[in-house]
Amino acid sequence: MKKFIILLLCFIYMFTYSQENNTIIKKDTTQLNEVILIGTRNLSNYRQEKTLSSVDDYLEKSNKITMIKRGNYAWEPTLNNMTSERLNITIDGMQIFGACTDKMDPITSYVDVSNLKLVTVNSGQEGTENGHNIGGAIDLQLPESKFNNSGLRSSFDLGYETNGNYKTAGLEFEYSNEKFYLNTDGIYRKSGNYDAGNNTKVQFSQFEKYNISAQGGYKLSNNTSIDANIIYDKATDIGYPALPMDVSLAEALITSLTYNYQSNLSYIKSWETKLYFNTVTHIMDDSKRPDVPIRMDMPGWSDTYGFYSKLKLVENKHQLHFNLNGFYNRSLAEMTMYPNDTNQPSMFMYTWPDIRTLYSGFYIKDHYTLNDSESINTSVRLGFHNNTIAKDEGVESLKIFYPNTVDSKNRFLTSVASNYHLHKNDYQLSFGLGYGERAPSVSEGYGFFLYNSFDNFDYIGNPNLKNEKSIEANIKANYHFGDFTVGLESSYFHIKDYIIGEIDPSSTSMTIGANGVKLYTTLDYASIFDIYLNTGFQFNNQFSINTSIGYNHGKESNDEHLPLIKPLSYLAELTYATQHFNAALQLEGNGNQSNYSSFYGETETATYGVLNLNLGNMFYLKSNKLVLKYGIENILDAYYSTYADWNNIPRQGRNFYINTSFVFN
Amino acid sequence: MKLTHIFPLILITLFSVGCSTDNDDNIINELDNLIKVKDLSNDTHTIEVYTKTGTFHTGYNAVSVRILDNATNKYIENASIDWLPVMQMPTMQHSCPKSDVSKSSNKATLYEGYIIYQMTNTDGSGWSLTFNYTINNELYSVTDSITVLQTELQNVSSFMGSDDKRYVIAFIEPTTPIIGINDLIIGVYNMESMMSFPAVENYSLALDPRMPGMGNHSSPNNTDLTYNSTDSMYHADLSLTMTGYWILNLKLIDSEDTVLKGETVTETNTQSSLYLELEF
Repeated sequence: MKKFIILLLCFIYMFTYSQENNTIIKKDTTQLNEVILIGTRNLSNYRQEKTLSSVDDYLEKSNKITMIKRGNYAWEPTLNNMTSERLNITIDGMQIFGACTDKMDPITSYVDVSNLKLVTVNSGQEGTENGHNIGGAIDLQLPESKFNNSGLRSSFDLGYETNGNYKTAGLEFEYSNEKFYLNTDGIYRKSGNYDAGNNTKVQFSQFEKYNISAQGGYKLSNNTSIDANIIYDKATDIGYPALPMDVSLAEALITSLTYNYQSNLSYIKSWETKLYFNTVTHIMDDSKRPDVPIRMDMPGWSDTYGFYSKLKLVENKHQLHFNLNGFYNRSLAEMTMYPNDTNQPSMFMYTWPDIRTLYSGFYIKDHYTLNDSESINTSVRLGFHNNTIAKDEGVESLKIFYPNTVDSKNRFLTSVASNYHLHKNDYQLSFGLGYGERAPSVSEGYGFFLYNSFDNFDYIGNPNLKNEKSIEANIKANYHFGDFTVGLESSYFHIKDYIIGEIDPSSTSMTIGANGVKLYTTLDYASIFDIYLNTGFQFNNQFSINTSIGYNHGKESNDEHLPLIKPLSYLAELTYATQHFNAALQLEGNGNQSNYSSFYGETETATYGVLNLNLGNMFYLKSNKLVLKYGIENILDAYYSTYADWNNIPRQGRNFYINTSFVFN
Repeated sequence: MKLTHIFPLILITLFSVGCSTDNDDNIINELDNLIKVKDLSNDTHTIEVYTKTGTFHTGYNAVSVRILDNATNKYIENASIDWLPVMQMPTMQHSCPKSDVSKSSNKATLYEGYIIYQMTNTDGSGWSLTFNYTINNELYSVTDSITVLQTELQNVSSFMGSDDKRYVIAFIEPTTPIIGINDLIIGVYNMESMMSFPAVENYSLALDPRMPGMGNHSSPNNTDLTYNSTDSMYHADLSLTMTGYWILNLKLIDSEDTVLKGETVTETNTQSSLYLELEF
């Protein structure tokens, strides 16, 4: 029986307890480059609120990140008030693109915490290591190779939340010796419809998913090793209460093969080369909606092939990073509509007419140490970007709007950034300047009648869009006065040729009930500004309080407010922590969204505040360990929605949760 | 390599056997993509009538014909042909819009033209076709009944304009529509008399394509139809954003900008009384 269990563990799970860095970045911290450690698997760090949080929950802990919610699953990360087209989101440096034309599958939804070691978040042009962006980069990093001779380890996790009857189970297994390691893990999540405040059931908010992954490595020599990683993620029956359609299948296969070289002796510190392939299938479905004007199928596919080669050199005061990378993506999405009059034939169109994106680029970063307390980071990325429309239907259909459409478009992209850091014992200071460009996304360039339920318009891509360009400045400062810490961080983006949809009065919408058609175009410019003030006070070894207050502002050249800009936000957290017990009381809220963008279809969101209580215990049973996490979210059962809730769907009401983790050594 | 290859072979075999003439090479080349509808015979000649589908149907029919000399078994290459389709009604008879018959370019034996049948009986009966042709200054004639099938979609419309004249409009192109901008061609004819349907010149047709199956939405960047004197037909850009069933709502407007037939499509008036249908 024992053997059987071990075998079972082998098949399903894997895991890494051996993370040495236990830092967690909380929402209220003021670190310069936010590195959110996915600590779920790092069970020694039991201060994490929930050991079984989703990636989405983790990302939301970051100050700069807000998750746009269209339901209870697959939230879309925004960084510096910018959404996915303006961000570079990668999985361990691998490009992967969602297959949904309506952004129902951000790539963060295709991995689970069990797959990852940590998430690095870089703001603006500091985040161009893996690709071009305007707002910043999020890299979901896989665990590194571990030839630590730890033998067999296993653990399993169970979680339950009352709201939505949300069940989670995870199983993991790790084996390593000096030459070889294999980690496998699996996680399963299932939730019913959740309740908003005042016991209001939110219909179509259910989901079910599982994720399995395996990572193995073999040491070729003292300095070289080869790693293979495979992640399979499948979600079914996902409801999107904010949208007119649900998803019957969101499936991804993410694979990579990595060759590593590492040395502490030569000036080449590490050289990592990766080949990767991933494929995503996304099928929208309205069969469970009782009342729709027309039934339709909207499947989408996205396949990406790519590589990168990263080299780190150290020479005197210079730390140099090089990254040569490239990818080839194929994005195809189609829509078939079935008329209520069954005598009429079905209606068909390509919404992404098989767009091929080829990118290759080169990145150099130099970290130059001026002296003990000062350093300068400078980075440059140059890239070549090509889009090709593979389907003739795509060229012909876009010619309806742009008669001179050709099937191929080349772009050259440049990004430059420089940051100065000053690090003293009682204060740290940094400021930076950057210039970056990005190519339009597939939807912005080539989308055909993509319905956006946010402003109720059909969107048409524009293959002739100019590159979007951003000039940014940022500053961060932290001061420590004994047990009191105060920090200020602020960034400003001036974005030229800002890409956004503009109403085309001559066109009528395709979607039944939509307000009209918007064509993607470029505005003269837009500017986005944010500022956060963070404070912390350590009463004693056990008690501390942290607060954060933030303000964001976004306007475009016609003096209209930009949509999805975070209003005044605040967070206060009182924590108590000892070796085996921790507790935190959290107050979080937003001010009234008075600067909402009615011009771009946004409605005002009222002020809200919610109160959460998180508790945690840890027990040792011989060499084994049990970690218990429990608490109440939204204690007062407030009925509320935030500015980032699509069509103002209400968020979860009161929720009792418990997560347990068993670790066998 | 399947039917598309075998089918022509079968046709070729059939025709070679059926005709067994000495100009087989011509036959093969000239009948590409054509299927015989009917032979109309008199004592001296057999008139072979071809269309792409091998049938006549209501609406626009591109027709090819050739004349076989029954005595010599050779095709006549220097005939001048006139034709007259006639529909026999209970109390009267009438013809329909048609073109002249002219020699097909680059073809030795084929002649071509078009006929627009505006109606038919439910069983396809009622129409006859007469050929009056001259070979070497000698006049011949042949008449036979033909079958005209009802097209499922409305590709022709016959109506009384507000000027008290009868008109016939017919959908001609695109025969294979694409998602994108199509060259739309419509023929407009005035029923001058029971037997005369000349093409109407210099009017225009306002175009508003709609999909009734999906909220009656339209498509952008369509143009209105204007008269082209080269082919005596009306041309426009037709944008089709997706496959499916489309209604082309039309308004016939004369050279004085008077609307002779049709209404603007609005929320309350979902369809013009003058329309054609299209499906792909």
